[in-house]
Amino acid sequence: MNAFVCPAPIAVQDTVLLGHGSGGKLSAALLQQIFLPAFHNPLLNRLEDQAVLDVESGRLAFTTDSFVVKPLFFPGGDIGSLAVYGTVNDLAMGGAQPLALSAAFILEEGFSMADLRRVVDSMARAAGNVGVPIVTGDTKVVERGCGDGVFINTTGLGMVAAGVDLSAANARPGDAVILSGSLGDHGITILTQRQGLELEGSVESDSAPLHTLVAVILAAAGDVRVMRDPTRGGLASTLNEIAAQSHAGIAIRETALPIHDGVRGACEVLGLDPLYVANEGKLVAIVPAASAEAVFAAMRRHPLGAEAAIIGEVVARHPGLVTMHTPFGTTRIVDMLPGDQLPRIC
Amino acid sequence: MRMGTVRFGGVTRQACLDFVPEAQCGDYVIVHVGFAISRVSPEEAERTYELLRQIQEADESAPEERP
Amino acid sequence: MKYLDEYRDADITHALAARIRARVTRPCVLMEICGGQTHTLMRYGLPDLLPPEIELVHGPGCPVCVAPLEFVDRAIEIASRPGVIFVSYGDMLRVPGSRQDLFRVRAAGGDVRIAYSPLEAVKLAQEYPTRQVVFFGIGFETTAPANAMAVWHAKRLGLTNFSMLVSHVLVPPAVRLILGSPTNRVQGFIAPGHVCTIMGHREYEALSAEFHVPIVIGGFEPVDLLEAIAMLVDQLEDGRAQLENQYSRSVTREGNVPAQKLMEEVFEITDRKWRGIGMIPASGHRFREEYAAYDAERLFGAQEIHVEEPAECISALVLQGLKKPVDCTAFGTRCTPEQPLGAPMVSSEGACAAYYAYRRHTGPEASA
Repeated sequence: MNAFVCPAPIAVQDTVLLGHGSGGKLSAALLQQIFLPAFHNPLLNRLEDQAVLDVESGRLAFTTDSFVVKPLFFPGGDIGSLAVYGTVNDLAMGGAQPLALSAAFILEEGFSMADLRRVVDSMARAAGNVGVPIVTGDTKVVERGCGDGVFINTTGLGMVAAGVDLSAANARPGDAVILSGSLGDHGITILTQRQGLELEGSVESDSAPLHTLVAVILAAAGDVRVMRDPTRGGLASTLNEIAAQSHAGIAIRETALPIHDGVRGACEVLGLDPLYVANEGKLVAIVPAASAEAVFAAMRRHPLGAEAAIIGEVVARHPGLVTMHTPFGTTRIVDMLPGDQLPRIC
Repeated sequence: MRMGTVRFGGVTRQACLDFVPEAQCGDYVIVHVGFAISRVSPEEAERTYELLRQIQEADESAPEERP
Repeated sequence: MKYLDEYRDADITHALAARIRARVTRPCVLMEICGGQTHTLMRYGLPDLLPPEIELVHGPGCPVCVAPLEFVDRAIEIASRPGVIFVSYGDMLRVPGSRQDLFRVRAAGGDVRIAYSPLEAVKLAQEYPTRQVVFFGIGFETTAPANAMAVWHAKRLGLTNFSMLVSHVLVPPAVRLILGSPTNRVQGFIAPGHVCTIMGHREYEALSAEFHVPIVIGGFEPVDLLEAIAMLVDQLEDGRAQLENQYSRSVTREGNVPAQKLMEEVFEITDRKWRGIGMIPASGHRFREEYAAYDAERLFGAQEIHVEEPAECISALVLQGLKKPVDCTAFGTRCTPEQPLGAPMVSSEGACAAYYAYRRHTGPEASA
């Protein structure tokens, strides 16, 4: 006589349980019912402890990022799409086209399974948009109260083409500074969700993958010096990092900065400076003056660079400092943020 | 408390209107820490701005070096 | 945005600067008091548009900067207590007390939250009936009515778990102190536009008459400030000393009467210590007896705290306009926004922070 085996399959629960992270049947169910259907690709489907990639020889770019954004879902994106595009962009800023991603989840016990499915499906769509597979991953579950719904870490691998040498230390006096589009959309979208502000009109996160924009930039000029995406800390922080590493000054013009009205209004209300607000779908390119027009034109032709602007130049004076020419013809420093940007109270 | 929706460029927010009982929809207000503290007087604003326009015109007809 | 963009017009600003240049014939020292005005001046580099005869000094217009060190320590002590939800404007979180600041209290497990309005704190008290919600009420006359309304509202709701740690300071007594000092160099004042929106003209008319000094109530945008300076220069050149109102689109002679009434209902005037300056009589607020139940100072036991200020910090002199931030030996080296010695380097309204952020390339230290 056969031993009795319970014929009912393990159903997906409504909420995440500690068991989902313990490597047993619940974990396997989560994999089979949520992650695999969404991320399916030959490498992942093997379900090995590691993904083995066959790569051509060359320089491999390697980056990691963790995502803890709150709220999880916001106009223009969510923690899932952000986790994919953010890591793709870190690779792209080194001139690397993305090869593969990993995705590790730390879930809080009690997190809604419907929300998890929504996040994972969004990641799958984002990865599909980019054409990059999620080839390996991990899931852990922590007790209720010890996490914040979900934290995601993504790690990315990409190949850097021969001859591409981008670095924040490369900026030289005379180089042009080109911004790909409007400032502050992502940070303001997140902050307004948390501060009880209603957004009218079209302010939403600009979260987007920049690898194709990077490709057209590199095709337009062979001597691009630096590319960076101004995420946390905004454009000001990114330019200060470049100025410091390049031992050069950077001078920008306030009237050249593209900023949407909704972002301006929100910054007025919250007492914020758009220069310090995070962006998730923008880049700064620093190129020799002779290549600026070609790069600028190429950016403008690309959907993610439609509002690109040449905002300033690298200068020999005040090395390490970023300055800005105001609409009044005066000059002021654009400083590094000491910590969180704090609003005015008076 | 009388609350109202105030628009700042592309965002709106609730503010307490108890200090500006005369404010109506369509009026402009100065808001501070969640409270409207004054209703902007369009007449005063226009008067001041007219003076400023005159100053600007006088300056344009005698141009100077700008920094 | 209407009523904002027009007052940032570069052409009008330059025209006003040209008019000032054409009018001024001798050196003069002008003071603006409100931190928000200091911030605008520094952020747009407006002093660079003025002729060299005009020296702009910055007054004690930063309520964060003038809150006494003992007061900050008391806030930190209350915020560290279990069961307390401590609610504050973002600015106060980095102001250093004797040993730490509110950010570090939060990192150590204190429930410290940022709000943009005192009404958010009242809402928290309703949401968490078993917790003590304490709001850190710092400000001038602009903010006092909002704090009064929050307390009045809490009383009407019958809340027993809401209180406020109040540090309100009043501007006219500070102006009187500065004008009455034997070392005073200030010849004209830009009065704070939002304080006057609440309080009206009257106190400043009296000051102008008593000390025979021109006072112009100014707004916060570049055009407002340049126009106010132009009006002060006109007065000085004409030999007049009057109260004038540049910010007439918001300020009336009587001010905001409902706001004044509510302030008087909840608060009474008291002597107040200003950090770096000392005791100024009748320059602050305390709760009236009927509202004592909402006074966090009383509720949480006001024990005496004696503190030492860092010796190198010259915020006293900076706040009175007697020295500029760049005159301080610690400016930008031992005193920075990350490691501040005094409050004016932390608060975005503070003169030291504004200089450091926007203008340090013009001081003796020309590089970062």
